[in-house]
Amino acid sequence: MTLDVQKIRADFPILSRKIGKHPLVYLDNAATSQKPRQVIDALVDYYTRYNANVHRGVHTLSIEATEAFEAARAKVAKFIGAANPESIIWTRNISEAINLVAYSWGDTNVKPGDEIVITAMEHHSGIVPWQQLAARSGATLKIIPRTEEGRLNMDAAERLITRKTKIVAAVQMSSVLGTVIDVKAIGRLAHDNGALMLVDGAQSAPHLPVDVEELGCDFFGLSAHKMLGPTGIGVLYGRPEVLEAMPPWMFGGDMILAVSYEDASWNDLPYKFEAGTPNIADAIATGAAVDYLAALGMDNVRSHEIELTGYALDRFAELERVRLLGPRDNADRGGIISFVHDTIHPHDLGTALDQMGIAIRTGHHCAMPLVRSYEVVAAARASFYIYNTPSEVDALIDGIKATERYFLK
Amino acid sequence: MTGGTSGLDDLDELYESIILDHYRNPRHTEPLEHPDVDVEANNPFCGDEIHIQLELDGDTVTGVSVSGRGCAISQSSASLLSEMLEDKNAADALEFVTLVRRMMRGDTLTEEEKDILGDVAALEGVKRFPVRIKCALLSWTALEDSLVNRAGT
Repeated sequence: MTLDVQKIRADFPILSRKIGKHPLVYLDNAATSQKPRQVIDALVDYYTRYNANVHRGVHTLSIEATEAFEAARAKVAKFIGAANPESIIWTRNISEAINLVAYSWGDTNVKPGDEIVITAMEHHSGIVPWQQLAARSGATLKIIPRTEEGRLNMDAAERLITRKTKIVAAVQMSSVLGTVIDVKAIGRLAHDNGALMLVDGAQSAPHLPVDVEELGCDFFGLSAHKMLGPTGIGVLYGRPEVLEAMPPWMFGGDMILAVSYEDASWNDLPYKFEAGTPNIADAIATGAAVDYLAALGMDNVRSHEIELTGYALDRFAELERVRLLGPRDNADRGGIISFVHDTIHPHDLGTALDQMGIAIRTGHHCAMPLVRSYEVVAAARASFYIYNTPSEVDALIDGIKATERYFLK
Repeated sequence: MTGGTSGLDDLDELYESIILDHYRNPRHTEPLEHPDVDVEANNPFCGDEIHIQLELDGDTVTGVSVSGRGCAISQSSASLLSEMLEDKNAADALEFVTLVRRMMRGDTLTEEEKDILGDVAALEGVKRFPVRIKCALLSWTALEDSLVNRAGT
């Protein structure tokens, strides 16, 4: 093992919880991760020691809060390889990050006849904002299809990204299939055609090393709660020159420089896009989450998950009546395994596994078009993180077998 | 945790033997040739689908067909509904749906009401699994809507 998993597990209070009489086996990490004591402590510490508003007070608490808030921004910048903390905008989540781009950049730059290109692996947050931008602007939305084995069809990407394309948006890792997409190559196609590239890092930033400069993307978004951080906070990275040219999309305090009753002028980056009192506590806790992951090393996180996913894929092969939706081989894929049983409905399976303390996701995984493309309406999904172990994979497989004995006897 | 179905003992509360029987052997699945009521319902959240057809003689149900796909709860519930409908009139069916709703809501039912529910009372355990109540009520809601709409026209 490349991570000291037992030591990591000791940092997560929730992992000692029991569900009924069974120890919790948490395999719903693609939905949200659990939080280490360090992140919970950061929240409590802010509220107990230095709670104050940021960017406006001259008193000690406000100065301390502002310093911690901005330090967290710098930590996130470093974590994803952004040279400049001003290119990091706090949002509520990845959905808000994408909406910010679709409204601010999109409404300014996308015109009738233009094309927006996304992939068949987007979750709803990566579909609906673009679909609605297309409807507002008179542009067309194009979808890069997947291959039979659950990879992105790169030949189709080359055909679909053209001089008409204004922006390309792609997840770096599919939340359903686990597929890792070569977003660097997609970004090159976008730039060769004069389009911008947005990378949705909701599933990649928690699980693999990310370097936005190396990826060459114009935008990158993430949600903190999927990477040990609190809910309610996310990040939009934007290339500074692109962000500079974009108008604000929400108005209020903090984002202004000067206000009269007739007019207002905008603050500098990143504050131009952060109207009102920000989510101070959760930003600071996100900094603690990033510290935790950086200390483990994202290369080690990735190796751990490759190892665990390989083991899980081997064990899934024992289940003759279970079909995997994503790639069966372990190359270029993350620790997300979606599957359907030939008889047992995902919700019956999910309820049965819950009785054994095993938490998985069931349903359409917030990606209805992708799940439907496999001619199923719902699927089950197990997803792994730094604290999961091979014996938890065993518990899942044994749990599925026990459910088969229960329903199919 | 490994081996045996011991971890699944609690499941019996949700999946009573009557429910599993209806799930494995659903009743009245043959489609009707000339239905007077033909309604489809689905729950996009979990993909459960139900198709209900009724033949009516005046106000009395003379033929019923229920089919669909989805979880054990939604499908067995629909099958139980098809048995309930045999020879019922529309008003009685609507009253029955109200009774099912009250049971799922956790209302205390009289012995007489429990007798009326018959096998359908097997669904009562579902109320302890709140996210599954929608599955259980899918077919009953569809039936109710179609009968109310029919009365309205």
